[in-house]
Amino acid sequence: MVPADPDGGGLMRVDLLTEPVAGLDEALAAVDAFDRTLVAGLLRPQPAQAAALTGLADAVAGTPLAERVAEAADKAAAGAASEDDLVALAAARTAVFGAVHDALTARADEATGRVRPDEQPFPASESASPNLLAAARSWLADLARAGWQGLDHDVVAGAAQVVSAMLPEPALRRLAVLLDGFAAELAASCPGAALERVPVRRWADLWSRAMLLTRPGALTAAPAEPVSGRLLPLGVDLHEHATAVQAQVHAVFEPADGSTPRLVRASVSAPKPDTVVGMGVWQLLRPHMALLAAVSEGRSMDLDGMPLTAEGDLLWDDAQARQGDPADPFATARVALPKAAASTAAPLDRHPARIAVPVFLDGYGVQRDDAATVFALPGHNLPVDIDRIPTAGPLTPEAVAASTACIGLLRWDAGRFAVQPLAVEATVKKKALVLHAGAWAGGTADTAGVKAEKAATDAVAVLRERAGKLLRR
Amino acid sequence: MLPSDSADPDSRWEEASAARVVPPARPRKLAKVPFVELADGRLQGVVSSGSDISRVYVSSVAVRTFAFACSTNNNRPCGGARGSFCKHIEALIAEAVLQYGGDRVGRYLRVDLADAAPTAGSISSTMRATRPAQGDTSAAAPVFSRFLRHLAYLELAATTAPLPEMQWFPPTRTAVA
Ligand SMILES: [Zn+2]
Repeated sequence: MVPADPDGGGLMRVDLLTEPVAGLDEALAAVDAFDRTLVAGLLRPQPAQAAALTGLADAVAGTPLAERVAEAADKAAAGAASEDDLVALAAARTAVFGAVHDALTARADEATGRVRPDEQPFPASESASPNLLAAARSWLADLARAGWQGLDHDVVAGAAQVVSAMLPEPALRRLAVLLDGFAAELAASCPGAALERVPVRRWADLWSRAMLLTRPGALTAAPAEPVSGRLLPLGVDLHEHATAVQAQVHAVFEPADGSTPRLVRASVSAPKPDTVVGMGVWQLLRPHMALLAAVSEGRSMDLDGMPLTAEGDLLWDDAQARQGDPADPFATARVALPKAAASTAAPLDRHPARIAVPVFLDGYGVQRDDAATVFALPGHNLPVDIDRIPTAGPLTPEAVAASTACIGLLRWDAGRFAVQPLAVEATVKKKALVLHAGAWAGGTADTAGVKAEKAATDAVAVLRERAGKLLRR
Repeated sequence: MLPSDSADPDSRWEEASAARVVPPARPRKLAKVPFVELADGRLQGVVSSGSDISRVYVSSVAVRTFAFACSTNNNRPCGGARGSFCKHIEALIAEAVLQYGGDRVGRYLRVDLADAAPTAGSISSTMRATRPAQGDTSAAAPVFSRFLRHLAYLELAATTAPLPEMQWFPPTRTAVA
């Protein structure tokens, strides 16, 4: 176990993260069986698929969804599911994962000693562009009928037009980016009949999430209130697929009125050509959020009237932030993080993939081989997800292996908790180093970083020059 | 020894929401070949003309048959692509290997390669040795429009509204097998 922080910080109960969670296996079994029905597709369901559909309906039997899902499962088992039936099945799967999310989040809160407020109401409003949403739903229904093994280029190509039409619409960006990343994976996996293995849970996740986002009101933005105070960054979490990138800064927000500090995120994202990678993605994001430069410089920021959602997301606007004093993220992690309150996820966002709890770890040993890295704590091992460390940054798996303290995100996937390193304190060649995964987000003077900056600048310049010539003719 | 929490890495992968499916493109210089992709049953892309900045060639090689085509964006046939690969197609193969790795390119095209780490040279010469036929240039228009779509991503606005769906798309340091 991690020793208690002398300043009164929390005691991380790593042992709780490896103990069984009641009901988890049963819930996942129902979902896994449903997910396998999507491998063969729902055009001509076999008896095993029919049983899995009934199993999913049974899993939500005690909920308001029960009747609608039972009907949808019957229709799907007969090979006659309508688009609305498929949406109902996606909703049932999402509800089961919602319960899984809640149980895992409660466990993570227990392990980190964190307080989380009760669920808050999330209003839904009407969505714009019903035609585009309907087109997306129709494509997703085609996918479900074909199944992953029935994928071919014709089925997958149906997404391209919908995505192109959605991307410029800010209100549809979430769904557009999801469909775009999903369709690219499917295209790279064609023909489905030749697939040696299928990412069964992942594609069912992406499919059901997209299906639900096509429903009226699902894309409603969370309500936000203006806040003022000091923002102390902890680290940067990067997400990317071939044609989109997002950086999320995790931070502790200290309200100016002296009320309880909060764990918050600030996000910036952009669509991108697939050849813009590595340093290039920081360059795309940098101009839109001054916070990235503050992270690279090790500074806090002072917020004045910045909107903050009930989910803990700052809706960043540079006009409402100014540069603050130097702030060491490790000091923030040791002192401010244990006292910060978390937020509650919006109903649709309750999924284990969404769990990313900032944690501070020290007093561990590191075990590393070709297959895995783990932080070894007395009696308990915490797997380390080193694959999530972005390549365009100074943090490396080697540095993690040499580390003595770590700021990370506690995540859960494929049946277990793991920590994703955001920053480490390490001793390399008898020198004490502090390395942040997002250190190059705002720019860098590091030799390797400068070279990567130049190459990325040149690549984007070529594309912009071409776009200038060809797109506006 | 590390604790083995799962005997079978494949089953863990199948149960992972964040399973990595497509390896990220590797950085490369874009001046000569601004666009290359493995799609629609072809290795296809756009190659800059050496002499005229406003002209580009649309080049492609088909999976399995290696039928090749090269023409300008105004659909004028490339003089070099008669009988065998022109220099644009060779450049396309070279840049595809930089972007995706020789393994993936060779596997996608179904090139029967003896070497463990295929290079652009070995992929190209193996394909040429089968004496592939010259294909028609009907793909040029759709490939060019995919290139324009690709460029259009640069014109889309960034946003600071969170995209929760991106949680499913973590970066990866390792090439996906
Ligand atoms: Zn040519």
